[in-house]
Amino acid sequence: MFEALTEKLDGVFKKVTGRGRLSEANIQEALKEVRLALLEADVNYKVVKRLVDDIRQRALGQEVLESLTPGQQLIKIVNEELTSLMGEAQQGLQLVGKPPHSLMLVGLQGSGKTTTAAKLARYLRRQGRHPYLVPADVYRPAAIDQLKKLSTQVDVPIYSADTDQRPEELCMDALSKARGEGADVLVIDTAGRLHIDEAMMEELVRIKAKINPTEILLVADAMTGQDAVNVSKHFNESLDITGVILSKMEGDARGGAALSIKAVIGKPIKFIGVGEKIDALEPFHPDRMASQILGMGDVLSLIEKAQTEFDEDEARKLEEKLKKNEFDLEDFQSQLRQMKKLGSFEQILGMLPGMGQVKKLKQLKPDEKELVKVEAIINSMTMEERRKYKIIKGSRRRRIAKGSGTKIQDVNRLLKNFAQTKKMMEHFTKKGNLNMPSLFG
Amino acid sequence: MARFFGKRNKEEKDRDTLKEQGFLKRLRKGLSKTRSTLTGRLDRLFLGKKEITDDLLDELEEILFTSDIGVTTTQRLIDSVREKVARKELKDLNRLKTVLGDHIHSFLEVTPVEHALPAPGEPLVILVIGVNGVGKTTTIGKAAHIFKSEGKKVMLVAADTFRAAANEQLLIWGDRVGAEVIRQDTGADPSAVVFDGITAAISRRFDVVLVDTAGRLHTKTNLMDELQKIHRVSGKKLPGAPHEVWLVLDATTGQNAISQVDIFNKAIGVTGIILTKLDGSAKGGIVVGISQQFGIPIKYIGIGEKVDDLRPFDAQDFVKALFD
Repeated sequence: MFEALTEKLDGVFKKVTGRGRLSEANIQEALKEVRLALLEADVNYKVVKRLVDDIRQRALGQEVLESLTPGQQLIKIVNEELTSLMGEAQQGLQLVGKPPHSLMLVGLQGSGKTTTAAKLARYLRRQGRHPYLVPADVYRPAAIDQLKKLSTQVDVPIYSADTDQRPEELCMDALSKARGEGADVLVIDTAGRLHIDEAMMEELVRIKAKINPTEILLVADAMTGQDAVNVSKHFNESLDITGVILSKMEGDARGGAALSIKAVIGKPIKFIGVGEKIDALEPFHPDRMASQILGMGDVLSLIEKAQTEFDEDEARKLEEKLKKNEFDLEDFQSQLRQMKKLGSFEQILGMLPGMGQVKKLKQLKPDEKELVKVEAIINSMTMEERRKYKIIKGSRRRRIAKGSGTKIQDVNRLLKNFAQTKKMMEHFTKKGNLNMPSLFG
Repeated sequence: MARFFGKRNKEEKDRDTLKEQGFLKRLRKGLSKTRSTLTGRLDRLFLGKKEITDDLLDELEEILFTSDIGVTTTQRLIDSVREKVARKELKDLNRLKTVLGDHIHSFLEVTPVEHALPAPGEPLVILVIGVNGVGKTTTIGKAAHIFKSEGKKVMLVAADTFRAAANEQLLIWGDRVGAEVIRQDTGADPSAVVFDGITAAISRRFDVVLVDTAGRLHTKTNLMDELQKIHRVSGKKLPGAPHEVWLVLDATTGQNAISQVDIFNKAIGVTGIILTKLDGSAKGGIVVGISQQFGIPIKYIGIGEKVDDLRPFDAQDFVKALFD
């Protein structure tokens, strides 16, 4: 997500961290670089100005100049200022009061409202709510069809809309239908529109007045440039939005839009979209994001993800097996599957501290295709073979290679690696210092 | 079909009655946005000033930054002005605007990328690519309209087999502009759809084939591989195809556009850029640096949602709009 910005700032900080003393000129130099790094990351010009001024004031004060580690001190200040700009704590949806609640998604064309609506519905359902999708985009060709198809994917009921309806009346009707069906949260997908199109903005105001939504969420593209500020300002002035969802965060955008929007309209970023898959929506943690920008990683998010996606029973079973040294290829296969649920290797690595640089060097870039191969090989084994890998000799190896569409060398390599891993585990268990399952409670 | 027409009528009626704008008015509005019509930003900046000072250059820098022109390009522009001022070549404030405008203009003057042309009797195949939500399908609809008005027989190929209802969206556009749409079910192999499309276009003597691909973030290697496959398969069916590759960029996109152009260009080679959504308040300044750096010309700009809202790119107008 923010690797590019992180990288830039890294370079800046490297210059100052080694120094025992920083002169005023050093700091000015570093701040100039910080300014350019932020501008290149699409942080709004005015926001950059303010941020750099704030940092400069503190940096030129005693706390840096007299510090024994002035470089560290400077980084600390930048981190604190970034965090305070991004907002402190995570802010979720505020679904208080009498249901049904309505969530209205608004934004420019192509910002990702329809996909986000489906993702949000899925998220709400997993929270134990009863969401109801409302396709209120009667303009874009096939927008209603798109949401309809997504609604079956996430298994959430949807209002059957017609393009001849007026959006505000459509929403009213949907509200009463949702009540009848026992839904408690409506997710309304509105048409994309330009913030300067007054007539179209009026339409949103009318919808708002009719259904009195609990939340109005602006869906904004993370790749937006300087205009992010104009867009969010206009939408906020017309609708008094309650929060922002940043979409397309999985690309290599530098995330300046996130900083700018928060700084200018002061509304919290509540979720981020991190992929095209229907489960790729995550709560946004501003404090974690600030440290991620500075390359400090986001271990907390990784652990949380592991906790929700890993099956606890499986983990416990695995722990037992490890202790008894019964770990076999079948367990290995289920491990692989669990890993996959966590996301791509790259996503996982991105959350670890300091991995930004590693990725840049391409040294640790794992080959996802290799994993697919490994899984195919294990899938081509019989149950017995998976449990007792030692029985896999020449002809079995040939068969497995054929069955999995790999080469016999691949099978050999896998078995060799597995044997080594097992040996290593034996070593650990004998020493009695196996305490990895603590992660899973 | 009746429903599609109903939808279109309603959409156009709604928008028309809401705005009641003539064609020229809309074009002007599309290009001039919300800014004050009395004076442009540069004129306001120069108001009451006589000399080119450092402060003035700082403010100039701000204008360039806020148009998404980007750090590197902005610094190059400002440095060249500074140099000229230092060498006393540039003293007159009024000339500053011309000098700067000319400079930006020269960045945008790019010789078209050389590409194969279809043999007589063969269709021109254009592959339209870009990240999610930039307006590929809409652009194809509008481009089809342009080709149709030139009397060409146009085919649209729905190679976005991923996004829900992408097929339907293209069908409606095909219906609107009178172009045939070739498609398969969602989840089909996009290369296969393209192969079928080109086969049909050759045998039935179509003039132009516009291929709509799924939006993909340039950072996803598997999706970029898929794009290369589409490219390869097209060339197998019809040597030289796709003759053109249009990369659609959203004018609201910031510095990330550079990365988009870089990676898409490396993957399959881009022959032209389409800059969409210029009817918003974003200025799309990012293309100044892009044209210069990659030598890819900007072919069209999108200035609205209507079928005739795709215009040939005019560098002069574009530069003027930057400073307005």
